[in-house]
Amino acid sequence: MTKRTPLFDEHVRLGARMVDFAGWEMPLHYGSQLEEHKHVREAAGMFDVSHMTIGDLSGPDARALLRRLLANDVDRLVPGRALYSCMLNERGGVIDDLIVYRLHKEGSYRLITNAATRDKDVAWIRRQAEGAGAARFDVREDCVLLAVQGPEARQTVCDLLDDDAAKAAAWMLAPFHAAVIGSLFISRTGYTGEDGFEIMAPAAEAPALWRSLLKSGVKPCGLGARDTLRLEAGLALYGQDMDEDTTPLEAGLAWTVAWRPADRDFIGRAVLEDMRASRHRHSIGLLLRDKGILRAHQKVYAGDREVGEITSGSYSPTLQCAIAMARVSEELEGHCTVDVRGRRLEATVVAPPFVRHGKACVAVPAVPAI
Amino acid sequence: MSEIPADLRFTSTHEWIEDEGDGTVRVGITDHAQSLLGDMVYVELPEVGRVVVAGEECAVVESVKAASDVYSPIAGEIVEVNELLTEGPDLVNKDPYGEGWLFRVQIAEGGDLSGLLDADGYAEAIAAEEA
Repeated sequence: MTKRTPLFDEHVRLGARMVDFAGWEMPLHYGSQLEEHKHVREAAGMFDVSHMTIGDLSGPDARALLRRLLANDVDRLVPGRALYSCMLNERGGVIDDLIVYRLHKEGSYRLITNAATRDKDVAWIRRQAEGAGAARFDVREDCVLLAVQGPEARQTVCDLLDDDAAKAAAWMLAPFHAAVIGSLFISRTGYTGEDGFEIMAPAAEAPALWRSLLKSGVKPCGLGARDTLRLEAGLALYGQDMDEDTTPLEAGLAWTVAWRPADRDFIGRAVLEDMRASRHRHSIGLLLRDKGILRAHQKVYAGDREVGEITSGSYSPTLQCAIAMARVSEELEGHCTVDVRGRRLEATVVAPPFVRHGKACVAVPAVPAI
Repeated sequence: MSEIPADLRFTSTHEWIEDEGDGTVRVGITDHAQSLLGDMVYVELPEVGRVVVAGEECAVVESVKAASDVYSPIAGEIVEVNELLTEGPDLVNKDPYGEGWLFRVQIAEGGDLSGLLDADGYAEAIAAEEA
């Protein structure tokens, strides 16, 4: 039985093409994912991401539990601040990636995790919590999560808030900070490489909030645009760029691992320490000068040697060429080739992100005149 | 509900065929097909002069989502391709039966369009696919 978010009727009303995503009926696009992508880069777009899991962890041992569960360290957080982390298994493999907030209430944290991994994540967190002291994990079923992203996003959202205090509180949020403002939990985070907010609102208020954002000119955007935006931003997608058999080091996420303090024993630490000291697979960015699209699982070659495969690939509407992230076993520089539908095409090796603040941050090689 | 013009012929692989009345046919992909594929980003067209057989893969339309082969519905010679698609692949989405046409084929001796589906036949084929 596919699940629907509280905004399902709104998507249908707008003519969205709906698809099944992790057991949820979600909007793929509302007409053109390329236009939606462009609108987020140039103005403001919004995404219903209510399929994601919101879990509140509280109790005297919540902090200690998170310091064991997560590869990043929640001790870096002051109230109102968030960080991005992987949650690892004993083999150092990624169970999920998530955003964790330290809330203002003592010992309280909020975790946003992926839709596809909900059951697995909840079971894992609860199992680790057992016997680890007093900590309870409650999954919120009463809220929507709306991501409003783009250079005009924050201004548009602030203009919709009721009073000056609310407007100021939202406007003053620094990146990766969140606050409760009225009935909303507003966070200056996102998955598009643009500035913006992710807003948690009571389900009953969702349609009104959605419609007032629409009226303000924010364009509804679907999962198609969400994927091309995050890929341009060099952001990983769980299940594609990493999974339980991939460590953060192999997925370009070493920066999310808090090695210090050295005595913080998080699950998977030992495996990561060993891997860090040796040669291991790593993640690179690729772009294709020629016509064609890079797609997941296409093989990557250095000369005749197969050295890895693409984990995520698509078309970059901003760069107007194909881009991808790949996991390879060798150091690659300059160019490599990729098997695209039976042909070996030359791809340029780059370090993501591909686009930042709406502009290319990698050089797209010019197509030679024929 | 996708558009299916009554005056065209169709294949079960989602090509439409328009009889130009001069021994050539114009070929493109249907509204149903472009809708399934999503925003087009690249179109690979055959070389003019290429000789094809019925059912031969001779073009590729690539959307953000997937690449899809396009087949010549009849045997003959490619006499024209739609150059506009190089800069504007989105024409296939916006006007699949008009400006988004892909190529023209000069029908080979003895070739005819009788084996192709009419609009009702194509509508049935899509319905069966979605069932």
